[in-house]
Amino acid sequence: MPETSVPTAAGTAARTATSGAGIRLEKLTKHYPGSPAPAVDDVTMEINAGELVVFVGPSGCGKSTTLKMINRLIEPTSGRIRIGDRDVTGMDPVKLRRTVGYAIQSSGLFPHMTVAQNIALVPKMTGWSKARITHRVEEMLDLVGLDPGEFHGRYPRQLSGGQQQRVGVARALAADPPVLLMDEPFGAVDPITRDHLQDELIRLQHELHKTIVFVTHDFDEAIKLGDRIAVLRERSHIAQFDTPEAILTNPTDDFVSGFVGAGAALKRLNLTRVRDVGVVDFATAGVDDPLQSIFDLLRDGDTNEVLLLDRHRRPYKWLRRGDLMRAKGTLARAGTLVHDTVTRDATLRDALEAVLTDNAGRVAVTGRRGEYIGVVDMETLMNNVHELLEADRLEAVEHRHQLEEARARRTRAAQEGLGEGGAGAPA
Amino acid sequence: MSFWEYVGSRHAQLLTDAAQHASAVFQCMVAATVLGVALGVATYRTEWAGNLATTATSTILTVPSLALIGLLIPVVGLGVAPTVIALTLYGLLPVVRNAIVGLRGVDATLVDAARGIGMSRTAQLLRVELPLAWPPILTGIRVATQMLMGIAAIAAFASGPGLGNEIFRGIASLGSANALNQVLSGTLGIVVLALLFDAAYVLIGRLTIPRGIRA
Repeated sequence: MPETSVPTAAGTAARTATSGAGIRLEKLTKHYPGSPAPAVDDVTMEINAGELVVFVGPSGCGKSTTLKMINRLIEPTSGRIRIGDRDVTGMDPVKLRRTVGYAIQSSGLFPHMTVAQNIALVPKMTGWSKARITHRVEEMLDLVGLDPGEFHGRYPRQLSGGQQQRVGVARALAADPPVLLMDEPFGAVDPITRDHLQDELIRLQHELHKTIVFVTHDFDEAIKLGDRIAVLRERSHIAQFDTPEAILTNPTDDFVSGFVGAGAALKRLNLTRVRDVGVVDFATAGVDDPLQSIFDLLRDGDTNEVLLLDRHRRPYKWLRRGDLMRAKGTLARAGTLVHDTVTRDATLRDALEAVLTDNAGRVAVTGRRGEYIGVVDMETLMNNVHELLEADRLEAVEHRHQLEEARARRTRAAQEGLGEGGAGAPA
Repeated sequence: MSFWEYVGSRHAQLLTDAAQHASAVFQCMVAATVLGVALGVATYRTEWAGNLATTATSTILTVPSLALIGLLIPVVGLGVAPTVIALTLYGLLPVVRNAIVGLRGVDATLVDAARGIGMSRTAQLLRVELPLAWPPILTGIRVATQMLMGIAAIAAFASGPGLGNEIFRGIASLGSANALNQVLSGTLGIVVLALLFDAAYVLIGRLTIPRGIRA
């Protein structure tokens, strides 16, 4: 397994990290003076330790306000907040915020500080030693997939939007908080980068097991990231708080199903990850391998195609037998370049997309640094999609059946004049 | 006597005047900066307070400098005191205005981020808001200094220090042999000082504005 062979700093970070603490919101209300209705009305919610919960809802529904009450950037008018077994409603907000990671849209990095200075801020405020901070900064950069040597001394404006966002996450995690709050963190980056960042977040969460509360208005993002999703309507009322599967297949009301939108079947593909389906090995060769050995591989193997890897073991080209015939002693112009790869955390939808665009019938799966791990082929994908849809259909039928049964029971009860409590409930 | 002969024969006096001129402007500028930034910090968060500070300081600027110094003489006497007070007051406006504009111009999401990661109010101000507002504040200081260079010349009217004495002496003895030379040397001296200060500010900017936000 190439993934486990290198003991990286990120690996150490994961081993020594504080894992998540549960969050409990009790009757949380925010009433702004001068407005007739509360912005957030009586929210009670339990978020388990190590869980990634997504708040999703239309703009202005109070999801951001609810999030900001957890680290008391907005003081609740009434209600209590508990993190772990501590009631944090009354504690010093500045101290509280140093123990709760906070990442926001467009990264919020301070432009006058270098990447390293930005990441070091919270550890510095909490009084870590210099040596420990330096070590931690390197560790965090590595954790979010940026080369410490290269990015350490850069200023935020010298980074791309995606890189800034990674540094933002690194800063939020630097002091190893058990809880991480993310307020539409990927809202301002382009769709491709957003996809990558989402994959990264999933990977991070696999390693660190923090409790993450994530706010977004993008339901697809919610499905992709959330262990559980809280669909919020105005004043932060919880319309449904459940797993993505349950919300997709069984929305409680019209508001939720309206939010889920069309194409629930396709969205279902977002719920399964490449790591959950069969990643199989494939015939590979390195660019520096002698031509003859690639030749032999193609002739002897049961495949008529090999994946050519570059010097860093990253997928480079698909080589078919015919390509090699025309190669005339050099690989420079033979084969088709690999356009798209997926990580093990990518969704089946991403994988399907990549298979369709690359036109190779399969897509290469890569590890953290883009190195080859295996491939997923079209057949595996199609089988999985069929299975998923079949399972969902069964579930939906069963659900409808249950509803009908319940309704029938009620009707019968009404007809027999046995309304619950005898209060003659009209059917 | 030609101008250069005049400068040659009076260079000791001229240098003393120039040094005093520079030191008066410098010290008043330091006072104006401290006061101005403090005023800016105290008022930028409230709409009316900020506007009040800007209006008050710009009102001061509309008072002719000669009149202000004249008005100060009966109160604080002749010499250094009226000079320092007048220069500091005049220096305030650009600093206060730019401090308020600069502090208000800091991206609200950055302030939100600063609070969110657990900075105290003071830390937010010292580590995030002031460093980000520093380039406009420095511009204000630079503009104020240029202005004070000229205004300081008027201080000689109240027997204050500086190159203004040279100019006033020349004007008082118009028609005499050295009158023109005196006015000229005072004026040119001020111009040269102003240029030197400006160069110093460019250097200060280079040294104090972090690379990440340098234009």
